[in-house]
Amino acid sequence: MKTGKIPQQVVVLSLISLVVIVSFFTMRFILTPKSFGKYGHYRADAIDDVKNLPISYAGAKACGDCHDEIVKLKSKGFHRGVSCEVCHGPSAGHTEDPTSIKPEAPRQREGCPLCHNYSPSRPTGFPQIITAQHNPGKPCMTCHRPHNPVPPVTPKDCSACHRSISAQKMVSRHAPLECTTCHSVPKEHFKNPRFVRVEKPTTNEFCGKCHSSDAKAQANLPPIPRIDVEKHAGRYLCWDCHYPHSPEAK
Amino acid sequence: MEPAIQQVVAALEPFTGYIYPNEYYLQWELLIVLYPYLTGLVAGAFILASLERVFHVKALLPVYRLALLSALAFLIAAPLPLMSHLGHPERAWEMLVTPHTTSAMAMFGFVYAWYLLVVLLLEIWFDYRVDIIKLSNEKTGFMKLVYKVLTLGTTDVSPEAVKFDDKVGKFITVVGIPSAFMLHGYVGFIFGSIKANPWWSSVLMPVVFLFSAIVSGMAMVMLIYMVTSWVRWKTIDMACVNKLAEFLIYVMLVDFTLEFLDFIHRLYESEESIQILSQLITDRLFISLILLQVLMGGLVPLVGLLVARFGKFPDEMRKMFYFVCGVLIQVGIFSMRWNVVIGGQMFSKSLRGLTVYKVHLLGLEGLLMAIVLLVLPLVVLAVLLKLLPPWLAEKQEQKTA
Amino acid sequence: MSNDIKNNEETKTNKVLDRREFLDWCLKAVPAGLTMTACGFSAGELNADEGKKHPAVNESQAEANYAMAIDIAKCIGCGRCANACKKENKVPDGPHTVRTWVERYVIPREGETMVDSPNAGINGFPELPENTDILKSFFVPKLCNHCSNPPCVQVCPVGATFQTKDGVILVDEKYCVGCRYCVQACPYGARYIHPTKNVADKCTFCYHRITKGLLPACVEVCPTQARIFGDLKKISSPIHRFLRFHPIKALKPELNTRPKVFYANADQEVR
Repeated sequence: MKTGKIPQQVVVLSLISLVVIVSFFTMRFILTPKSFGKYGHYRADAIDDVKNLPISYAGAKACGDCHDEIVKLKSKGFHRGVSCEVCHGPSAGHTEDPTSIKPEAPRQREGCPLCHNYSPSRPTGFPQIITAQHNPGKPCMTCHRPHNPVPPVTPKDCSACHRSISAQKMVSRHAPLECTTCHSVPKEHFKNPRFVRVEKPTTNEFCGKCHSSDAKAQANLPPIPRIDVEKHAGRYLCWDCHYPHSPEAK
Repeated sequence: MEPAIQQVVAALEPFTGYIYPNEYYLQWELLIVLYPYLTGLVAGAFILASLERVFHVKALLPVYRLALLSALAFLIAAPLPLMSHLGHPERAWEMLVTPHTTSAMAMFGFVYAWYLLVVLLLEIWFDYRVDIIKLSNEKTGFMKLVYKVLTLGTTDVSPEAVKFDDKVGKFITVVGIPSAFMLHGYVGFIFGSIKANPWWSSVLMPVVFLFSAIVSGMAMVMLIYMVTSWVRWKTIDMACVNKLAEFLIYVMLVDFTLEFLDFIHRLYESEESIQILSQLITDRLFISLILLQVLMGGLVPLVGLLVARFGKFPDEMRKMFYFVCGVLIQVGIFSMRWNVVIGGQMFSKSLRGLTVYKVHLLGLEGLLMAIVLLVLPLVVLAVLLKLLPPWLAEKQEQKTA
Repeated sequence: MSNDIKNNEETKTNKVLDRREFLDWCLKAVPAGLTMTACGFSAGELNADEGKKHPAVNESQAEANYAMAIDIAKCIGCGRCANACKKENKVPDGPHTVRTWVERYVIPREGETMVDSPNAGINGFPELPENTDILKSFFVPKLCNHCSNPPCVQVCPVGATFQTKDGVILVDEKYCVGCRYCVQACPYGARYIHPTKNVADKCTFCYHRITKGLLPACVEVCPTQARIFGDLKKISSPIHRFLRFHPIKALKPELNTRPKVFYANADQEVR
């Protein structure tokens, strides 16, 4: 090697790296998908791939085009918010070919309990039954019309909807009391339970009607614990410490 | 389903508490444990080589070239577990063609290419260039052709050229140290940057990965050096392995301290996830974390190395100690990778339950594949050793001496 | 691009790298082109003037910002949403590949909260063990949160998952390499690997439906309107009203993913 000359190694390696780099960027240019980077760091065509997927659920509006009478009936009942395809299954095929593709039409007991079987996790007031006890074996349709499910008889018993509360009350000291002893129930509550609520006691004096030391004794009942309402509670409300549906619970 | 069957199924379900439905299957399995382990060996071996080259630790000369070749062998194998765990390995090129700059994983291709092409191959080539040219003149037939190709057409063996090789080699090593740090620190970053996973998400993760990498790499080179010496019926240079043991002790201390710091920090901060993570350690990771990683793979070899290095033992005994410690360290570091990768997926991100991982035997992500991928770098290393014997330098030194 | 759009889109466009510009830039910077740092810098440099160079970047996209709200007080746990999702999107059967699912929370008076979601809630929930002393119990539907700051998109190495201009996170199943990094990065467990396609899969807000003016399948079938879907930018959208009148909680807000699935009446145990 002579001084002033570029070393042989450098020449060779520069050539090789040039080839590598050029081929890398050429490959990169060739391989990058056409629509990549149009909107961002992704294939813009992928959006269309997703957009063009077929639909299975036609949507409630589509049903009304033909079944307007049923839709009209349903729009006034409790099931007004329940879309047709909840029970009838995905029906996009039916809207395209109404004669040969028919949607499901459940007639047995399988569908209704999914929503209406009793579960303590469901919101209070949501109509629930204990499927095993509620006319076992009978299809729900015999008594309830799914498109306008007015109960054949409005349940008189509060426990039809408020099962966990009534179950607790049943085994408590308050078992002999009617719900209406403490709650006044507006008629509208039976029709629209979530918007028209029952009234609840608001003052300690209400509990005091039975529990204050000067309350009138009721001969037919076991001895009632009595307290001086004002001194006992102070500025607390009775139900801050005692759960009225199960007063002995701590 | 019948209630009775339901109950049986519930009893067999391999998780406790609640896990999100999609968390039932682990996403990253044994192969992804292998990947940080292999890259760790690369980084560690390279740092070891740089100790001799840059910091002039002359005692380590016998393992300098061996360390470089080991690093290369493991680096060649490192991307294979990544590739084979992909759902679509045939699309792997996309990472180079359209790398997403915000993704740590996308940078793998570039870090890897930089490290392989620019650092490791170049350094080895400059180091071996004169030898290759000599070999290409000596050998005949096919091997001659191979060496001719390896010279890349260079023929210059003048003293100036040799001096130039040395200078460039040193420069590359200097560049290589931060690169090696980056290579493995970045592997730690892949895990440490996942904020969704409280077991992974930690600033210390890259640093811990880096130091454990150095530990495993040094120990591995020490093992390879001992084994190759035994196979070649050569005596082991005691000064060299003693020095190696010393460095191992230092790095292990740092590594252990960092991991302990990470542990204490998590415990003390006691975030929302601490409850499930404690359960994870005591229920699921007890063997692999407490027994294998900390005890068998950490404290025992550390004490062993200390005793062997500074106690009064005959050399033969000392070698056995070093060897056993080296193997234990490998077990420990492998467990550490396992505990990070698998452990991080064994608890639910709902922080309410633990799941279970069962190793499959067959399949692209199974045990057999993992064993193949563990043996493969050793085969590659054997070929490299045959092709570019690191002990050429020894002979030359003996000749000149 | 007008200013307000730019503000709204900032998270989406800022981190995005334009291919052609990237190429141009790299070719100019060939000597440094191969290194990681070069790639890193190019992103930063491009962001500054991306808006100017591509004024029509939004031309074909609807300028919506889709979101969903869920009223936990209304959810009856019927699982019709999870069922409809499986049917609408041809999600593979089985309890461990779901795009949306319903969790049941049971908070006892004492002890640990119990959560379950057997088969995503599609077949209902088993009866609680007798004598469970419940403080309260409720259902929580879950799905992809379509985060404004999505960690899954951040980590995708190839740009196979992305945020559309209308705020929906999609997966490009023809481009996904199946590395599963996005599954790891999702704090909500919303992603799974499709068992036959071997790519990441997740909720799309039924993108094929909403772009045709239909509701997502889960919203369509929810019998109690516990799920509300709409465009955050439209004042007339039902979600707009819902967000105004309910105290809202997002899941795992500490991770700054800024979810676009909003929960009303959520208990602190929900996560």
